[in-house]
Amino acid sequence: MTTTVEKPPAEPEPSPKPLRVAEREHPLTRVVAVPLMRIVSAVVIPIAGFVLLYLTFDAMRDFDRFVLVGAAIVVGVGGIFLLYWAANWTVDVLPERYREDVRPYVFVGPALVILAVFLIYPVINTIIISFGDRQGDGFVGLDNYEFVFTDESMRRSIRNTFGWILIVPVVATSIGLAFATLADRLRRGEAVAKSLIFLPMAISFVGAAVTWRLIYSFRPEGFGTQIGLLNGIKQGLGMSPTPWLQETPWNNLMLMVIMIWMQVGFAMVVLSAAIKSIPDEIIEAARIDGASELQVFRRIVVPSIAPTIAVVATYMIINAMKVFDIVFVIGGAETNETEVIAERMIRWFFLSNHDGRGAAIAVILFVAVIPVMFWNVRRFREQEAIR
Amino acid sequence: MSTAPPPIRPVDVDVAGQREAPPRAGDEDVRKGGWLVRITVIVIVVLWMVPTLGVLVTSFRREAVVDTSGWWEALAHLFDSSEWTLENYRLALDTGGFENAFLNSLAVTIPATVIPIAIAAFAAYAFSWMDFRGRYVMFVAVVGLLVVPLQMALIPILRLYTGGASIGGATIFPDLDLNGTYLGIWLAHTAFGLPLAVYLLRNYIGALPSSIIESARIDGADHFTIFWRLIVPLSVPALAAFAIFQFLWVWNDLLVAYIFLGGGRETRVLTIALQSLVGSRGENWHLLTSAAFISMALPLVVFFSLQRYFVRGLTAGAVKG
Repeated sequence: MTTTVEKPPAEPEPSPKPLRVAEREHPLTRVVAVPLMRIVSAVVIPIAGFVLLYLTFDAMRDFDRFVLVGAAIVVGVGGIFLLYWAANWTVDVLPERYREDVRPYVFVGPALVILAVFLIYPVINTIIISFGDRQGDGFVGLDNYEFVFTDESMRRSIRNTFGWILIVPVVATSIGLAFATLADRLRRGEAVAKSLIFLPMAISFVGAAVTWRLIYSFRPEGFGTQIGLLNGIKQGLGMSPTPWLQETPWNNLMLMVIMIWMQVGFAMVVLSAAIKSIPDEIIEAARIDGASELQVFRRIVVPSIAPTIAVVATYMIINAMKVFDIVFVIGGAETNETEVIAERMIRWFFLSNHDGRGAAIAVILFVAVIPVMFWNVRRFREQEAIR
Repeated sequence: MSTAPPPIRPVDVDVAGQREAPPRAGDEDVRKGGWLVRITVIVIVVLWMVPTLGVLVTSFRREAVVDTSGWWEALAHLFDSSEWTLENYRLALDTGGFENAFLNSLAVTIPATVIPIAIAAFAAYAFSWMDFRGRYVMFVAVVGLLVVPLQMALIPILRLYTGGASIGGATIFPDLDLNGTYLGIWLAHTAFGLPLAVYLLRNYIGALPSSIIESARIDGADHFTIFWRLIVPLSVPALAAFAIFQFLWVWNDLLVAYIFLGGGRETRVLTIALQSLVGSRGENWHLLTSAAFISMALPLVVFFSLQRYFVRGLTAGAVKG
């Protein structure tokens, strides 16, 4: 790995000077003092930073929003930088033999502390709460999990989420791959075509949901003109309109289309980069040997970019697993039977104030991503081994 | 081709395809397609544009016509002034409260983008260029955290915000009533953005040539100076990529804002305002579409002007949870 830097040359390895110091040092000092200093240096910046921000806002509670934002940027960047600087300076004051043992923790500690408080602690805490009651306090054993797997609506949400996980990644990746392949063969306008496909990626799920509600809009016959595009087309063809978002189980597909629309661009961009990295010689050689376009695609292109396809699909699986906004904004999940797991979680935790159930549903999601977590880590380690 | 998520490296690959190698002789025969390819591409692009176009067109039509005819019919009356109006936008911004929501979105998004960058850059430098035990294990833990679903963090953080935390009577996190404040949501977004920021910046900073850092050390620069004078200026592309990604992520977020900021008319952000408009006036399409377009405007501007960086942030974000 190229990133490893030799121990800074400035730091004295066992040189004559530290010898004298080492004589004075009690053996315990090092064992106790170094970890202690490390912990302090990791914790002090987040706490001081937080206090700084908090006091600023406490003092400015009644100020205009933009003064607040300005202060946040000044304190959030300038203040934090100053804190790092001060902590680094404090390390310089320490006895020389400790400095380089402590300094990395000044740099890396704050990030780790924040992650510990806002991600690692919550994960553990959520698991504990999932065994608790409505307030998350009294222990109720596996009751919440029993609820998760027996409640009619919950079971539907699990089933629907499976549908999302299966359909969205497959369809979006396929369209993305097809489009990347086609766009690669354009003589002109490739970048423009790609940008336009990619555009929905920049807007919010809420915006996308509103956009597609307009496409699916339905009015019963005799209640005015159809203003939704799909029913407009049906009306133009003399057919009766369809309530797209109410017909179970097809309405689930209609919602998935929204996500597919948004994510194809991502698949396309990533896969396109992979396709371009296939050497022309290989394709040329295959063509000279008489392979058809389709054969080249199936036998050369797809196998060459298989690892990238796997990454794209995984990304989409995780996104599909956690889909919330689309279902939530379109609304009527229970009446239309379009519930999904992440949406149920908010339903129980936030709208029904049942922490135990909400936590149990979140844990289900968490357990589902654990394999991806390991896969990610393994892939990272392989990459590091190559570097 | 290494496996993605294509980490951003100093030697950048522009995924949007503008920087592919110049075509060589003979390239055409192998790779370029004919009219069938062109037509298929155009059809897909048009299909992909239609939903957005519908919103855009509807948002500029008068309420009366919106309600009685499909937006595609308006395309036949492009120059008929009785068809078009800006009134919808005025209504949405003013009475709909979207002006306020827009400003709230800005107030939430800008600090929530800037703060994590500062913290992550220091950590990324340490992970790349400082030698300490456990460095690798800690970074692997960060990689693992990338996919933890947000849902796992919501309940405990909300509890910290509304009641603090204590172990056996000793307060370890005081009750500061952070729920519904900007500070509370900035902190949450900072934490949720950190794993990706650290991961992305470390991949970039770690791939900078070691010779420049070593020569700076020989010249007597300490870590802090190297970081500030050398690493930060060199890492601007990666910093920008993360900034844009995080900006759009926070701007488009509904879930975190919904939990920590709530739906109050004063504090709500654009996504929340739009969502509640769907709930209350779901069939007022002239209002809904203009509101939707207000919420999309800034992301679209960012997208078109900073596409290169955005694509890089996004592809690197392939592993984010």
